[in-house]
Amino acid sequence: MNEKQKYIMLDLGGTPLTPWCRFKRVVKRTFRIELFIGLWVTIREMFKTLFMGKSHTTKYPFEKMPIPPRYRAIHDMLRLLESGHYRCIGCGLCEKICISNCIAMETRYDENQRKEVSEYTINFGRCIFCGYCAEVCPELAIVHGARYETASEQRASFSLFEDMLTPIDRLKEQEEFAGYGAPTPWADKNIKKTPLAY
Amino acid sequence: MNPNEVKIKIDGVECVAKEGEYILNIARANGIFIPAICYISRCSPTLACRICLVEADGKRVYACNAKAKDGMDVTTSSEEILEERRAIMGVYDINHPLQCGVCDQSGECELQNYTLELGVDSQNYTIADCKRESTNFSSVLHYDPGLCIVCERCVTICKDMVGDNALSTGPRNGAELDKELKESMPKDAYAMWNKLQKSLIVPSDESGQTNCSDCGECLSVCPVGALVSRDFVYTSNAWELKRVPATCSHCSSGCQIFYETKPTSISDRSDKIYRVTNEWNYVSLCGAGRFGYDFENSGATKDEKQFTKAIKAFKEAKAIRFNSTITNEEAAMLQSLKKELGVKLINPEAKAFQSFLKDFENYRGESLYSGNYKEMMSESNFIISVGSALRHDNPNVRYTFNNIQKLNKGAGLYFHPVGDTLIESLGKNVTPIYHTPGLEEYALYLVLDLFASKDELPKETKNYLESFHKKATKTVQETIMEDVTETVVDEETGESKEVTKKKPKVVEKEVEYVANELASLLGAPEGFGDIFEKMVAKADNFSMVVGEDFYAHPRAENLAKLLAFIEQYTAIKIALIPPKTNSLGVALICDLDEKADGYTIGYNEAGDFRLSALGDGDLDMPALNQQEGTFTNMHKRVVPTNAALSYNGYELNDIMSALGLGEQLSIDWTSKLPTRKGFEALSFDALPNGFTNAGEELRGYMLKQKATKAKAFEVEKPDESYKLEGEIAYRCNPQRQFNDFTNRAHQIFEPFALYVSEAKAQTLGKKVKVEIDDVSLELPVEIDAKMSGDVVKVPDFLSSKEIYPLFNAGRFKQVKISEV
Repeated sequence: MNEKQKYIMLDLGGTPLTPWCRFKRVVKRTFRIELFIGLWVTIREMFKTLFMGKSHTTKYPFEKMPIPPRYRAIHDMLRLLESGHYRCIGCGLCEKICISNCIAMETRYDENQRKEVSEYTINFGRCIFCGYCAEVCPELAIVHGARYETASEQRASFSLFEDMLTPIDRLKEQEEFAGYGAPTPWADKNIKKTPLAY
Repeated sequence: MNPNEVKIKIDGVECVAKEGEYILNIARANGIFIPAICYISRCSPTLACRICLVEADGKRVYACNAKAKDGMDVTTSSEEILEERRAIMGVYDINHPLQCGVCDQSGECELQNYTLELGVDSQNYTIADCKRESTNFSSVLHYDPGLCIVCERCVTICKDMVGDNALSTGPRNGAELDKELKESMPKDAYAMWNKLQKSLIVPSDESGQTNCSDCGECLSVCPVGALVSRDFVYTSNAWELKRVPATCSHCSSGCQIFYETKPTSISDRSDKIYRVTNEWNYVSLCGAGRFGYDFENSGATKDEKQFTKAIKAFKEAKAIRFNSTITNEEAAMLQSLKKELGVKLINPEAKAFQSFLKDFENYRGESLYSGNYKEMMSESNFIISVGSALRHDNPNVRYTFNNIQKLNKGAGLYFHPVGDTLIESLGKNVTPIYHTPGLEEYALYLVLDLFASKDELPKETKNYLESFHKKATKTVQETIMEDVTETVVDEETGESKEVTKKKPKVVEKEVEYVANELASLLGAPEGFGDIFEKMVAKADNFSMVVGEDFYAHPRAENLAKLLAFIEQYTAIKIALIPPKTNSLGVALICDLDEKADGYTIGYNEAGDFRLSALGDGDLDMPALNQQEGTFTNMHKRVVPTNAALSYNGYELNDIMSALGLGEQLSIDWTSKLPTRKGFEALSFDALPNGFTNAGEELRGYMLKQKATKAKAFEVEKPDESYKLEGEIAYRCNPQRQFNDFTNRAHQIFEPFALYVSEAKAQTLGKKVKVEIDDVSLELPVEIDAKMSGDVVKVPDFLSSKEIYPLFNAGRFKQVKISEV
């Protein structure tokens, strides 16, 4: 064996060769104490659940598990915390990078001489939740949110900009995204300063 | 090796080029990359960006304006050159807004590209920014000075190619550079920056508006997102658009364009054209080509009932009336209908052109015409325009006229009855001769007189021309040196002395000279003889363009004879301007008839049964941006065009198939175009549509020109009886209007009105009644600021107004104008 690869070998005993040896092994395994330990754990947990109200089961859909930040569920569109204006600048990078071609947007020149996103949609019938759009977004405007339930009476229910956008009255609850495309904790170190002598 | 050729080495690669060619162009032709921002081929070098710095024989030169010398050894990059280029790109990046995310140019931006190419990853310089606000230069141009890098490409193309001279550089009022930088910075980067801090692009006109022809060439050459069409701003990214190579269908120039399409909206996934772009190094578009793209016949379906009616109509028809905004394939189909069903083909404008061309061919003994617009632009240095309102009829010929003035340091003679201040402003060697309509023959006689060697001319013509030469005297001012004796008092001694000095004195002198009465008959400016001598002094390559005024002229045949005569006895190469998009193709493919009675089918024209690509007929037809096919353009080239938008209705070929004459596809007719007329039996898919790096045109194929038996002829004397006097109307469209299709485009605003000069407008009201023969029209009056004189222009771009027949295919008409 290679010295670098230090495997631990399990001692499983020899393979029973004769029918008698096989029979002996079955009897040995069946009546060993581990079986009863297992049964005890089950009974204990059953009592806890039934009489003490301690359960490991999440009562979905009344209860939901917290999901990790890197989980890729239905997209959220974030707002700027200061002004409440949506962050999307309409650069079209998400539309470009989308490998299943499910993002479409319309932009226009608005009254304030800015680029305005007049329409935005994601076709969730096609989306494969790869996370590229969130990763490419330069403004952290499109991110993956926590809504993983993608069943609806109508396909269109999720897909419009307004559906994904943080409601303005819940702006305070908007959390900064920590998943794909979010700045790394050491991002500040990588930024080169430009001279601003004037 | 040709004596005019030089051999140079660029980065060790041996290149052969024409003498006097710029290093940058040679490198491009040979596939060697030299970065350059401000240079546009076919225009003069600007030297604004300085990034094309190279080393030639150890000396630093700018590749865009250094001419190749035989045996030159060029190195395109070294560590120092790269350092310089990096510094230049660094300077361009200073204070450039980091808004690539929303910028329209992102993805095709030369600032992005070169910054990455040269690896500029940090900023070493800084300067205070100044306020720059975006404005609109015209109804189509949007300028954001914040993004502008002042490469001056827009200024260059507007001056050297378009000729409008509508843009120039103006003050930026930026902060002054730190003097220390002059020592520490690379030299060229400093010089470029110094200039950059002082300038921005502004309209030449004081009003802050360009008041130009709205061709949009400046938009297309802009390397960054500073100049963008107002309609296109923030609507699409470059990478979302699908580029469909096609040919512009508005005039006979047949320029290569790209229709750029993407889905209309989220709810409507059918394609829409968002803009038209061009290879601006090799092709220059006009406003109609660039902005007149949304003329499609949308919503057409296969209406079987109407189709059955159409078949019935075709079986019954005695004639088909059509115009020349069709493809060669459709023309071939119509010709086949004539052959098989015996219908007559009516197309007055192509008929006039056809018979003029036939006469011209017969008299000169070769098919088509000798002039070639591309060669003209690159080589000619004297251009004569006759019978065409250049500013309106064919923008590309006007660009040629202008480019000859600007780049070839040439001269131009412009014969036309309608005054045009733009043509006058194209160069100091441009002489307009505004003659009375009807005297076109005299114009050609004058050309003959000016350019032909008199001894070779037939005696009769020679004598006729000489009859106009009259001896006359004129007073000229001459400066002579005269001895003047003065008495000078010496200040020290008090003695007075007589000193003789030579002093210049202006005297008037009577000089005898030969006055050309032909010139004065045509209304040439005073002293035309001297002006002409100056114009022709440095010229050695002469060309002439002939426009639509001649084709239906009452003396068209004699004009054709005179042109053939000019070609025979002078060194002038003549090119004709076909009146409409595919007039040349139709003239070659179809046997046209003069007149027809009975049941008529109109194709985009009036008729008993109307096929229409405008959507207002009995049966829908595809518009030219929904069709594949070919055009024959004025460059004598058969060029392919592709369908940018989908079309779900019937095509002409479907009708042909129902009549048992059709091919499987419309483009199957491409290989069946008549080879005896110079077409080639090539299939549509075999036709290329592009340009090489050297600018060589690889689009379709050139028509073959064949020698024919020259017919003996004698030119006739001018007939003055067709001279028009009084109130005269000229059939002429506003600059960006050519036909019903341009009028449909939402970015073309020129209305259907009577166009007059500013002076004339003051004598008229807001609306006038124009009486042409017994028909009277009510037209609003529009001022054409670049027009002069009393002639008024009546447009014919709306076929429903039936202006064309009023003028009997000709262009001048005596009218009565009264205020409403």
